[in-house]
Amino acid sequence: MGRGPVAALRGAMASILELEGLTKAFGAVTVADGLSYAVSEGEALGVLGPNGAGKTSMFNLVTGTLRPDAGTIRFRGQDITRVSAAQRGRSGIARSFQVPQPFTHMTVFENAMVAATQSAGLRGHAAEELCLEVLEQTELLAQANAPAGSLTLLSRKRLELTRALCARPQLLLLDEIAGGLTEAECQALIATIGDIRSRGISIIWIEHVVHALLSVVERLIVIDFGKMIADGEPHAIMESPQVQEIYLGIEADA
Amino acid sequence: MSQPVTITRGTSAARMAGVAALIIVLALVAAPYWAGRADMRLLGEIYLYLALATLWNLLAGYAGLVSVGQQAFVGFGGYMLFALTIFGGLHPLLAIAGAGVLGALISVPVAGLIFRLRGAYFAIGTWVMAEVFRLSFAQVSALGGGSGTSLPTDIVRSMADGRSAREALSYWLALGAALAVMAAVYFLLRSRRGLALTAIRDNELAASSLGIDIWRTKFCVYVVTSGLTAVIGALLFLQKLRISPDAAFSVNDWTAFVIFIVVIGGIGTLEGPIIGTIVFFLLRETLADLGTVYLMILGLVAIVIMLRAPKGIWGFLAERYGLELFPLSYRVRHSKTDKKRPGG
Ligand SMILES: Nc1ncnc2c1ncn2[C@@H]1O[C@H](COP(=O)(O)OP(=O)(O)OP(=O)(O)O)[C@@H](O)[C@H]1O
Ligand SMILES: [Mg+2]
Repeated sequence: MGRGPVAALRGAMASILELEGLTKAFGAVTVADGLSYAVSEGEALGVLGPNGAGKTSMFNLVTGTLRPDAGTIRFRGQDITRVSAAQRGRSGIARSFQVPQPFTHMTVFENAMVAATQSAGLRGHAAEELCLEVLEQTELLAQANAPAGSLTLLSRKRLELTRALCARPQLLLLDEIAGGLTEAECQALIATIGDIRSRGISIIWIEHVVHALLSVVERLIVIDFGKMIADGEPHAIMESPQVQEIYLGIEADA
Repeated sequence: MSQPVTITRGTSAARMAGVAALIIVLALVAAPYWAGRADMRLLGEIYLYLALATLWNLLAGYAGLVSVGQQAFVGFGGYMLFALTIFGGLHPLLAIAGAGVLGALISVPVAGLIFRLRGAYFAIGTWVMAEVFRLSFAQVSALGGGSGTSLPTDIVRSMADGRSAREALSYWLALGAALAVMAAVYFLLRSRRGLALTAIRDNELAASSLGIDIWRTKFCVYVVTSGLTAVIGALLFLQKLRISPDAAFSVNDWTAFVIFIVVIGGIGTLEGPIIGTIVFFLLRETLADLGTVYLMILGLVAIVIMLRAPKGIWGFLAERYGLELFPLSYRVRHSKTDKKRPGG
């Protein structure tokens, strides 16, 4: 509780993100029901759950686009529950949107530049270099001058990842970015995310494409009706009866 | 070149436009030596409308603040010119600057009120505020109350000796104001803050999650545009030499026509207000004799353009031909395909 960020860093299992009793309801629909868990620095956490379980809402709570009814959110040991979305965006939290939210009349490169200048706080040449580097990695460099509004859904999802990376986050929230990819594209995405991990960035990844998720994350949580119903080692979680029940009919093996 | 990719801003069309703009501006600066009195008055009015349209475009087209009440600041600026010269004894040029500062200051509490409103309610709120301004100034008997007042001749004379010198000065002020407003908006949009503002224009949700303070950005844009709108208002009534509440706070003259200009020219682009101003004055000068029919034609033009080219004339041309007159956008060039034009 009283731990400052310095003390948190000294701890062997320092948490980058801690949720405590996070609760949010829209009328009768409870999208977060006492969510409590912590993500360690550098950890890659996978999130599973049926449609409408409240996974995206959890991201909205962490990024500040939604205000919780109750509970606390701590980022790097500091209580950010009442901090604005913009300030969270500048302090090291970046996300990709499940439904892409491009700056439609700006080019792909300019979309990336927004993240590099506003979120990462870079200027001039440094910002441009970062954008080029990330665009190369996400394979959007050839479309750098295209207006974002002209991109296909797949490219828009790539742009979501690009922007999030250009924000130079410490915590990266990915919301269903592997859907609709071919096997080769999926492998490339897995490699990209593996690379992000190796730079020490913490990741929370919501994904229905389970085999992609399992090849990256070291821990899995399952959310249903806003409640966390499982938390642990991915393969053990996948074999638990609760998850089998939810995922009956959904691809379950890697 | 050692790098495989380079980044430039602007296109060759933008560079050509820059040269053309410089020549046109030089010719316009010299207008008092070649243009007639009536032409200069018309040009002065065109410049001030261009400035108003550019400011409204920044407000509505970029910051998403669709105000139908900017006449509040046009009229306020006009009245401040009169009040500061008549009662404050300021030189008219100082009074114009003072009108801008006071306009920006008064816009702060106005923003505090209307920023609580969303969408259509915001628009209505801005209009209500402008009506409050109009009714308040109609109460000030020292400024002529409801029937208004004229700028005393000694103040007019203090600007310059002789009528033609005064008219030249007034013309240069209008031209200078329009150029200054365009340059200010251009450099703002080219800057880091401009990138944030353009992002807000396109997607507020994504902008805020990328660290952009939506409220603070909009508030700053509102205060700055309101102050500059007050400067333009002061200049407009310096040309007219007479002010009354109905003329100063006219929703038709200072908002409806301005919105027409921006919408038909292309909202959310810097070029749009220029094209729109040209089209508007062409229509006005050729059709104004038709009376109400002229207004109906304006409405018809607006409807046709909104249906056929929702992004306005400039939006349509820019999309079709990839044009850009102001070098705002970033271009990523792959050097392999660009070897023939080193340094491009
Ligand atoms: N702003 C909102 N207002 C009202 N209801 C909402 C709002 N946002 C989400 N919901 C509802 O909350 C529930 C959870 O939505 P959420 O998007 O978090 O689910 P999800 O787990 O991400 O689902 P999916 O796998 O389909 O993306 C849904 O029933 C949704 O309709
Ligand atoms: Mg979702």
